Amino acid sequence: MIIVKLKAFDELQSMLDPYQNILIVGCDGCSGIYEVGGLKQAEILKQQFELARRLKKAGKIRVKTVSIPRQCDVDIVANELRSEITEQEAILSLGCGVGVQTISDIYEDKHVLPGLDTMFIGMEDKNQGKFFERCKACGDCILAETGSICPITRCAKGLLNGPCGGQVKGKCEVYDYTRDCAWILIWMRLKKRNMLDLFTKFRPFRVNRLHSPKELEKTINVSKH
Amino acid sequence: MLTSGRIFSELMREINEGRFVLTGELEPEKTTDLTEVIEAAEALKRYVTACNVTDGPGSFAYMSSLIASHILQRETGLEMIYQLVCRDRNAIGLCADLLGAGALGIRNILALTGDHPSIGDHPDAKPVFDLDSAQLTHMIRKMVDEGIDLYGNPIHKPPKFHVGVAANPNADPFEPEVLKIGRKVKAGAEFIQTQVVFDIDVAKQFLKEVDRFNVPILMGIFPMKSYGVAKFFDKNIPGVPVPAELLEKLKKAKSLNKKVRKQKYNKINLELFIPFIKELRKTSAAGCHIMAVGYERLVPKLFEAVKM
Repeated sequence: MIIVKLKAFDELQSMLDPYQNILIVGCDGCSGIYEVGGLKQAEILKQQFELARRLKKAGKIRVKTVSIPRQCDVDIVANELRSEITEQEAILSLGCGVGVQTISDIYEDKHVLPGLDTMFIGMEDKNQGKFFERCKACGDCILAETGSICPITRCAKGLLNGPCGGQVKGKCEVYDYTRDCAWILIWMRLKKRNMLDLFTKFRPFRVNRLHSPKELEKTINVSKH
Repeated sequence: MLTSGRIFSELMREINEGRFVLTGELEPEKTTDLTEVIEAAEALKRYVTACNVTDGPGSFAYMSSLIASHILQRETGLEMIYQLVCRDRNAIGLCADLLGAGALGIRNILALTGDHPSIGDHPDAKPVFDLDSAQLTHMIRKMVDEGIDLYGNPIHKPPKFHVGVAANPNADPFEPEVLKIGRKVKAGAEFIQTQVVFDIDVAKQFLKEVDRFNVPILMGIFPMKSYGVAKFFDKNIPGVPVPAELLEKLKKAKSLNKKVRKQKYNKINLELFIPFIKELRKTSAAGCHIMAVGYERLVPKLFEAVKM
């Protein structure tokens, strides 16, 4: 899941200040599922914007709301928004950064604005009531070797041959020993699975990382069926 | 692995001859003046085979360890162990500094991952960690043994280094630390200098676990010149608690008048470390790494007492 966060209302308001006619587009994907940027949030925002304009006596704002299944899908954005977008000056996207850019690439003449901050690829921990980052999309997955725990994401140094000397009783020196050391988690998991030979394995410098700076843009070919 | 037939440094020569080797530690700080560090090196010179030069310890932005290593080696004639961390330099920077170290006649490298910037005095500096200590070790061995860099590009006149790594006998949990040492040895580590140990039994247990890797171990000790130093160490060095009894003794000494206090501090340290080193000499340890930064005056006393 792409984990997102709604921008502060003040920031949204100043972003929309120049416009009288806007469309708020929710996304039923990652942001909608966790009720950060679905139709319901779009409608709440609409009411807040209208009220704020009235209180400021700054004239009327016309806000229309809609939500689509996935803002990151080019076909969905093109088909489902075509009839919604009319004379609006600006579109406020409640999708992730990919959603904003997908809409913007298709409706080039509209001002497409981000309503959310895109945080990371992560998952929910029900016990702690928090989202945690779990994948850096590094393009060279080694989870098979690390007990399905990602050191690129969860080790503060992103080490391939951890743990480092900064762990004490399984906690990391970064953030004052409040977070788990990823490599101690990996060791425990591999031990449990009777796979400690993988822990001992030396992992050389990776020369084929997708995030290598020589890749100006990450791309892969789409295979059409 | 112990590398027979290719000895580039005094440190490795003495280790290979089976002598019990002492190494010291020098810390260039936030200054352009190395006078005090040179004096410390001069004070240690008669007693140690080589000295480590720290590379921004605790992620503090101090003088470059490479440049300090060179100046110290030039000014004192004592061999240095250039500590190199992966925190601040990507693979290109590491390669560049290593080539420079080769040109300056540095012969020993201690390859370290390095602390995270967040614990130091530039907490928002970008953490690099392009490589880790095992990968750096591997890269250095490639440069030295095969004359190539990380990408296989040939090096004109490859450098001559011995590469060591760090280990922590106090690590908790301990098992992954041992496995990690095995991994670093696989990557090419030629010697190990350990984190501080206070308890000889901890040292012995550690040696028992890692002897199978057949790599010379220099056991780290930390004589403490005052209660303040001991307290700071206890609080700030991850995973190495100062024994409570020792802290208590030093605390009592603190209340004495100045002249007696100094003698008392010396006495406490000598009573702890003389038997420690004597006992250590009976083990498989290759030597002892004495981290007496600012307390060099104790080293001759230790040295005489254990009759090196």
